[in-house]
Amino acid sequence: MASLTRKLERGRAGLSSLGIHAILIAYSVLALFPLYLILLNSFKSRRGIFGDPAGLPNESTFSTKGYQSVITNSDFPLYFGNSLVVTGVALFFILLFGAMAAHALSEYDFPGSTFIGLYLILGIMVPIRLGTVALLKLIVDLNLANTLTALILVYTAQGLPVAIFIFSEFLKNVSHEIKDSARIDGLSEYRIFFEVVIPLVRPVIATVAVFSMIPIWNDLWFPLILSPGESTRTVTLGVQKFVGQYTVDWGAVLAALSVAVVPVLFMYIIFSKQLIRGITAGAVKG
Amino acid sequence: MATLEIINVSKSFGRTEVIRDVSLQVEDGELIVFVGPSGCGKSTMLRMIAGLEQVSAGEIWIGGKQVDHLPPAKRGIAMVFQSYALYPHKNVRGNLGFALKHAGVRREEVEQRVNEAAEILELGDLMDRKPRELSGGQRQRVAIGRAIVREPQIFLFDEPLSNLDAALRVHMRVEILKLHQRLDNNTMIYVTHDQVEAMTLADRIAVFRNGRVEQSGTPMELYRKPANDFVAGFIGSPSMNFLNAEWDAQTEKLSAAGQLLDGSVLQQAGIVLPGESATGLKLGIRPEHLSLSPQGEFSGRVQVFENLGGESFVHINPVDDEVLVAKLEGEHNFRPGDNCCLQANPAFLHLFGADGQRLS
Repeated sequence: MASLTRKLERGRAGLSSLGIHAILIAYSVLALFPLYLILLNSFKSRRGIFGDPAGLPNESTFSTKGYQSVITNSDFPLYFGNSLVVTGVALFFILLFGAMAAHALSEYDFPGSTFIGLYLILGIMVPIRLGTVALLKLIVDLNLANTLTALILVYTAQGLPVAIFIFSEFLKNVSHEIKDSARIDGLSEYRIFFEVVIPLVRPVIATVAVFSMIPIWNDLWFPLILSPGESTRTVTLGVQKFVGQYTVDWGAVLAALSVAVVPVLFMYIIFSKQLIRGITAGAVKG
Repeated sequence: MATLEIINVSKSFGRTEVIRDVSLQVEDGELIVFVGPSGCGKSTMLRMIAGLEQVSAGEIWIGGKQVDHLPPAKRGIAMVFQSYALYPHKNVRGNLGFALKHAGVRREEVEQRVNEAAEILELGDLMDRKPRELSGGQRQRVAIGRAIVREPQIFLFDEPLSNLDAALRVHMRVEILKLHQRLDNNTMIYVTHDQVEAMTLADRIAVFRNGRVEQSGTPMELYRKPANDFVAGFIGSPSMNFLNAEWDAQTEKLSAAGQLLDGSVLQQAGIVLPGESATGLKLGIRPEHLSLSPQGEFSGRVQVFENLGGESFVHINPVDDEVLVAKLEGEHNFRPGDNCCLQANPAFLHLFGADGQRLS
């Protein structure tokens, strides 16, 4: 009898895990399908794209013309470089200042610390795009229009609230005794932060990095408004070049988008192990 | 190797006073244990000695130098924490040498001191492991090693054995005692809430309650002559029995648990009886000073009988609402409801006034 119940229970557990996997697989397909379409069609001629959007490229429709026009278009590497610089530098500042602010809020008890914490995190609720007009005015006043600096500053401000929020949750759990121990060992507060705290929350850094990077890399709004100049265009804005008023070079657009996905994908592969550990930390006893 | 002087130290967090005017002197080479219930201020006192908390008032001197304004690293102390507080991303060797490397000590010397500490604590095989690959006892040894490497004037231990299981705790207790001897009797301050650790380790115990030192002295002083009922109840296991008592100055008799005890008997135990009649007194008898005797003054029904084999504890009700626990040597067998008659050894009676202070 007992063995029968156990079998039933095992069956039920198997069923529920099957259900969970079905949902996850369905979601993955849904999320990956557009990417698949982009990649697929970027290797097709214009006729192939419109004739059979979902079909695999065959002899008559296969074409690398899209990629050729992306590569021969001499500006594209520049856009790509701009995107990399903006995303990289903004990410660096978000991680640095986000972790520092969260550390200060969790480690030191000072008057108004709760208020400052809430104020910093409030930014999650207020979309930064609401302030676009004021931001544009400020950037123009600072003579930063059409510079990458403008984008870096705005993206850093945009990414900090979420970064501080995530870091705070994890830094709160870093043992106080380890920090005290480092103090007794004679480390300054800065070195405690960089040499003791940061190595302890490495998975969280990866999590925050991936979460912060994607919206910056994908953003079209601020490059369009703050730095639309030819020399400061990012990839997302650069792709617009292939979108004309009357004709769209779909092959080139899709090829450019495919190439633009590569850095995000690359970073995700590097960080995925740490990322998963960061997301599940606390939920699972480590 | 240094003395430690704590002079009129107070500490408050906001309006809460956690340490109230504590003065204490620790001699060179002494192992002193701060013991007390949780929230009594013993850990805060230790953190102030370490420099992790600032004193609100008073002075702390280590080795003849005032240190209460110095950062922790400049005080010549090393601390071992309850949670070990090892750096998880460094291996054992890295953990041991971290403080020295940071202080700019030459590489060869770091290596030499790390190896010495590793030898003392038998960490040789574990040097390349990360803390997560070590057992609790091994981690604690590394934590102690980290303290040794710094060659401090004073070692501070903050409940270092509380995270270990019972068997390992007993083992590590002995290890710490051996270490104290091996390090030429270095001055050590050890915080614990466990009175057994306090009794076995200490040269001297300071019992804390509500931010004050209730009594400090050698373990046997505290055991034999507790200054008040709190210390009496805290030191010794199982803890002392207290019976409500009244003193009648006219008849010179003390009544407790329905019995009348002669004043002369109490005086033999060194008790100074009040000149006038008094109520609300407490008569203290340790379980080990009660024995079975047909003529015993305290008789009652057995409530609980705990048998440990070679010894046992019997709980009886001499009168309603009062319990006496006796520690019996040898093998006994009682069942709840049995009659039991106990006699107290008059030489080891304690009497406490209505204010809890010892009458002697």
